[in-house]
Amino acid sequence: MSAAKPALRLSALAPYLQATPLGLVLAVFLVIPILTIVIVSFWDYDSVMIYPDFIFLNYEELLGSHVTWKTYLNTLKYAAFVWAFTLGIGFTVAYFVAFHVRSSTAQMALFLVCTIPFLTSNIIRMISWIPFLGRNGIMNQTLMGLGLTDEPLEFLLFSDFSVILTFVYLYAQFMIVPIFNSMMRIDRNLIEAARDNGASGFQTLVNVIIPLTKSGILIGSIFVVTLVMGDFITVRLMSGGQSASVGLMIANQISLLQYPAAAANAVVLLIIVLMMVAAMLRVVDIRKEL
Amino acid sequence: MGSERKGLGYWLLAGFFCLFVLFLYGPTITIMILSFQGENGGLTFPMNGFSLHWFGRLFEQQAVGDFGGSISRSLILGLVVTVVTVTVSLAAGLAFRRRFFGATPLFYMAIASLIVPSILVSLGIGLMFNVLGIEPTWITSALGAHLTWTLPFGLLIMFAVFNRFNRAYEEAARDQGASPWQTLRHVVVPILLPSLIGVGLFGFTLSYDEFARSLMTTGSYNTLPLEIYGMTTSVTTPVLYALGTVTTLLSIVVITATLLTLTWVQRRRAGKGSDAGKAA
Repeated sequence: MSAAKPALRLSALAPYLQATPLGLVLAVFLVIPILTIVIVSFWDYDSVMIYPDFIFLNYEELLGSHVTWKTYLNTLKYAAFVWAFTLGIGFTVAYFVAFHVRSSTAQMALFLVCTIPFLTSNIIRMISWIPFLGRNGIMNQTLMGLGLTDEPLEFLLFSDFSVILTFVYLYAQFMIVPIFNSMMRIDRNLIEAARDNGASGFQTLVNVIIPLTKSGILIGSIFVVTLVMGDFITVRLMSGGQSASVGLMIANQISLLQYPAAAANAVVLLIIVLMMVAAMLRVVDIRKEL
Repeated sequence: MGSERKGLGYWLLAGFFCLFVLFLYGPTITIMILSFQGENGGLTFPMNGFSLHWFGRLFEQQAVGDFGGSISRSLILGLVVTVVTVTVSLAAGLAFRRRFFGATPLFYMAIASLIVPSILVSLGIGLMFNVLGIEPTWITSALGAHLTWTLPFGLLIMFAVFNRFNRAYEEAARDQGASPWQTLRHVVVPILLPSLIGVGLFGFTLSYDEFARSLMTTGSYNTLPLEIYGMTTSVTTPVLYALGTVTTLLSIVVITATLLTLTWVQRRRAGKGSDAGKAA
């Protein structure tokens, strides 16, 4: 309807020309690299070189070791905790800004306040927990000052506690933004209607707002879970080498130049992450929600 | 929700929100204060005097490796990523407004790019260059690695933008005899300008801070996050905090400049009495 007739042939071609750059970048820097990982995971290696081959040894060694299973379980544990905390915090924060802040300027300002830290360096944000959590850190000084403990708590830094805390700190925005976005699209008349029909605030929340926020919750959950599953730097920095995660295991294999082993591990991680995403998409049909 | 809203629930939620903001900003502000630690001060409070000592140390080569070099590489890479992200996402956004063969696979590829863990992208590109016998460098392989992260975000933002884009403006331009290129240049781009600036900001900051995707793709010359990471394992003085303060301030300058530009664009439009901005 909109295409002018003389330019029809060119305009039929236009979407292809416009989409080609994106397609090329993703093909060269995403698809081919992942295919490379799959291929290399069947290769052989020694301490200096990797050799083209077709062996299953990398997978056998990986899946045969109980360290692998423990590491995967530990990573899943992180993902579960971080998901629960970021969802609770993200939903509450988004709910407050979307439904309890009246002026749209204030909403925008508070939304920016929540998202700006996301635009600064993650590593620096991780480091900034060190003066808080260390043995002589602010947290321990405060707790001891209040007389709550006699000696510094050792578990604050370099523990599962500090890893999960930092994850939540880094990734809460990934929950807030999509949930806030879906909440802002809820027709306010629906909430009015629920109230007029005698629903309490809590009933409105459970029966109206949460169902209508599902797509945002889902998008946030996919982000948080995949980010935690693949992370290695947070776990390395914040656990002080005490804990393991799959990403860290892969990073260690890379630093030992065991590329085929790292590749096999990466393939397994990818399969697990894709299965988790597929499972989440089954719970909420995203295309129906959008 | 009427006037009884500011009850107990409101104040509990407001309190929760304030605590969250404190949680979000407290640590960053703390290391900013601690970076002014006196010469004999340590990694935590109390402040042992007040000095710029650690900022001075930052620019000594041997103290923290190649800070100047890595920061300029990160800035250049960030700018290149910004330009490519804005152009490629805009083009793809335009493409997706119509049906074309391969649209669905391309869309899923972009989504996959967000879901695939960063370390896989890093390892994959590193291996690909290794197998092909090409040396990875920050401006080739790392650029590609960063784009796999920034482009899908850019594309999703463009989807949201075009969903609310009023095509009447384009049709009006065409009716008045504008070529497709003129329509894009004089109608579509000016209307979308604020969103394009937003996409650019996203691209820049994501690239400027990217660590995992840079790990195996940067080659011999580090970008800033890799340099910082190297320091966290070797440096145990407040020089680390000084570095944190400088990079965070740089990010804040970029963000503020972007927001000011956006406000300026909006105000200029309001001044001209144009309603163009309301479409975007």
